Amino acid sequence: MKKILTSLALLGLVVAGTAAFAAEEEHNAAAPTHFPINEPKEMSWSFSGPFGTYDKGQLQRGFKVYKEVCSACHSMNLVAFRTLQGPTGLGYSEAQIKSLAASYTIHDGPNDAGDMFDRPGKPSDYFPAPFPNEQAAASANGGAAPPDMSLLAKARGVERGFPQFVFDIFTQYDAGGPDYIHSLLTGYDQTPPAGMVIPEGTHYNPYFMSGVSLKMPKPLSDGQVTYDDGAPQTVDQYSRDVATFLAWAAEPHMEERKKTGFRVLFFLLAFGILVYLTKRRVWADVAH
Amino acid sequence: MSEGHSTYTPKTGIERWFDARMPLPRLIHDSFVSYPVPRNLNYMWTFGGILSIMLVAQILTGIVLAMHYTSDTNLAFDSVEKIMRDVNSGWLLRYMHANGASFFFIAVYLHIFRGLFYGSYKAPRELLWILGCIIYLLMMATGFMGYVLPWGQMSFWGATVITGFFSAIPLVGNWIQQLLLGGFAVDDPTLNRFFALHYLLPFMIAGVVVLHIWALHVVGQSNPTGIEVKSKTDTVAFTPYATIKDAFGMIVFLFVFAYFVFYLPNYLGHADNYIVANPLKTPAHIVPEWYFLPFYAILRAITFNVGPINSKLGGVLCMFGAIVMLFLVPWLDTSKVRSAVYRPWYKLFFWLFVADAILLGWLGSQPAEGAYVFMAQMATLFYFAFFLIILPVLGLIETPRRLPNSITEAVLEKNKGGSGHPAGATAAPQTKG
Repeated sequence: MKKILTSLALLGLVVAGTAAFAAEEEHNAAAPTHFPINEPKEMSWSFSGPFGTYDKGQLQRGFKVYKEVCSACHSMNLVAFRTLQGPTGLGYSEAQIKSLAASYTIHDGPNDAGDMFDRPGKPSDYFPAPFPNEQAAASANGGAAPPDMSLLAKARGVERGFPQFVFDIFTQYDAGGPDYIHSLLTGYDQTPPAGMVIPEGTHYNPYFMSGVSLKMPKPLSDGQVTYDDGAPQTVDQYSRDVATFLAWAAEPHMEERKKTGFRVLFFLLAFGILVYLTKRRVWADVAH
Repeated sequence: MSEGHSTYTPKTGIERWFDARMPLPRLIHDSFVSYPVPRNLNYMWTFGGILSIMLVAQILTGIVLAMHYTSDTNLAFDSVEKIMRDVNSGWLLRYMHANGASFFFIAVYLHIFRGLFYGSYKAPRELLWILGCIIYLLMMATGFMGYVLPWGQMSFWGATVITGFFSAIPLVGNWIQQLLLGGFAVDDPTLNRFFALHYLLPFMIAGVVVLHIWALHVVGQSNPTGIEVKSKTDTVAFTPYATIKDAFGMIVFLFVFAYFVFYLPNYLGHADNYIVANPLKTPAHIVPEWYFLPFYAILRAITFNVGPINSKLGGVLCMFGAIVMLFLVPWLDTSKVRSAVYRPWYKLFFWLFVADAILLGWLGSQPAEGAYVFMAQMATLFYFAFFLIILPVLGLIETPRRLPNSITEAVLEKNKGGSGHPAGATAAPQTKG
């Protein structure tokens, strides 16, 4: 065992040394080679950790931000209105969901006469997309189609690097996506370093994963969305709320997953102790 | 061990009836109850059982997932999301299956490293070892094709890169690549044949597992001393001794597995795979699943041409060569002594090899540029040197430590310093249970 430990220590030294060696590269602020320029800020989220849950009020606020701001350009094709209902959703009642769905117009058909028609939405419908197709979305947004938001909170995440990714196992860090979204949304309005070239029609944001700037202009500003629960109407709060809503949209069964997980681990621990004691008893008289 | 007479005596009428017609109960009794196992096996020997339950778990979750999955490029991604959102416990099945693949590989790597450390591949267990290597190859094919099915960005680009390797083979390369893809690029035919093969291969694995266990039961298990079983005192009965120890090992393993499934289900995956495949948009870094990373690093380490072999073909040859090395281990190792416990130099090089494999894995996840390339080249060099130079040479020049005469002697020696067990009890473990 001592040998194993010393070997692991040796390995750690080798890897740490090489990592430090590799990190030693020239830094030029005006022409960065690695993105994002700034690491996402780690926020504290209600849904993090082994007992994490979504804050229903925050989800409803985040949904409001999505509905009033993001949904103008971003689709959310995989989320149905019905999933927003009840304790596994955003806490809305059946009647609320029906009227929410009815406030959308769904293109449907063909009917018996063979015609396509528009009708008010039903809870079983999915959020309609703002653009009829990707090409339309791209051409209306300067050549880059805004990504679908259903899975955005799981589809984004900045690489954590060594040794952080080892610690993440023990801290159960699972908010890479929401951290990134929050940092990006609050990362506008900064002055690029002198000499940096920002391409025409893009916006500097040091938190953007794939370059110095992105096509999306600053989407949120203070006071833009009216909250009726007294939460601060700031870009920071909007960003937290919408990131939480997107975390839910990407992983609606998260609460059930973590709750089940606790029971499973508790069972395995108790069962493991019993089996271990049995094992000791069985082997008690046999030297091995 | 194989020739031990069956100790099975049918007790009930129905058992006697079966025993006279098809002695399945006898086979089970002889294989999993009275089967003698060395008494000194440590927890590294529980991974065979762990791998069996992981295979069964993968097949069971996989069959249910296949009931809800659609292997059409336009529908595959959404069908997986349908499983995650609308199928009852679908999120659990999918996360178990996706993380199950990773944990299957964690277990198999520990199983392989155990074999390398204790020299489990040496005569008469060469065939047993090679059957294991075949299982590992089949697992890699299955894992790779399974990763393509969700049809995310990494699915698509991983498939594009890996099938692209085959085009490096002279003369037949392009033909093989097109046969794999069902066309000139990864598309609907690729997804459909990968799904079909992904469903088929696990059953082939199960078949080779049967052969693997058969071979094991003919030659018997090796053990930490590497000394063959000589007398009855060297062994204990499979049940209850090995069964209960395996059960504990499995529960500990499942605990870690469950921790990932329920709390970090996407930790071992890649965020880009939650973006639907887009043939027009290449991800910044194409990274295969973590369990392929060492081989991926070896592939990319070859950045130079050697005579008629260009760097691409060279990389592919080295990558496949890295796996071929495992098949040859029984003949590359020239040492008469099996276990690294009695081979001080081999033990040192073994741990360096483990470190090298982990380093290669890390390098595989980094971009192939700057210092990483040189590091990958050095690590690749050591990888091959371990098999082609260290293993053969060390066996000839190393002076092993004194071997005990038998497993029992080794066990008694080990326990002498410890909390003295009554000698009478240790002498005849077969009389217990």
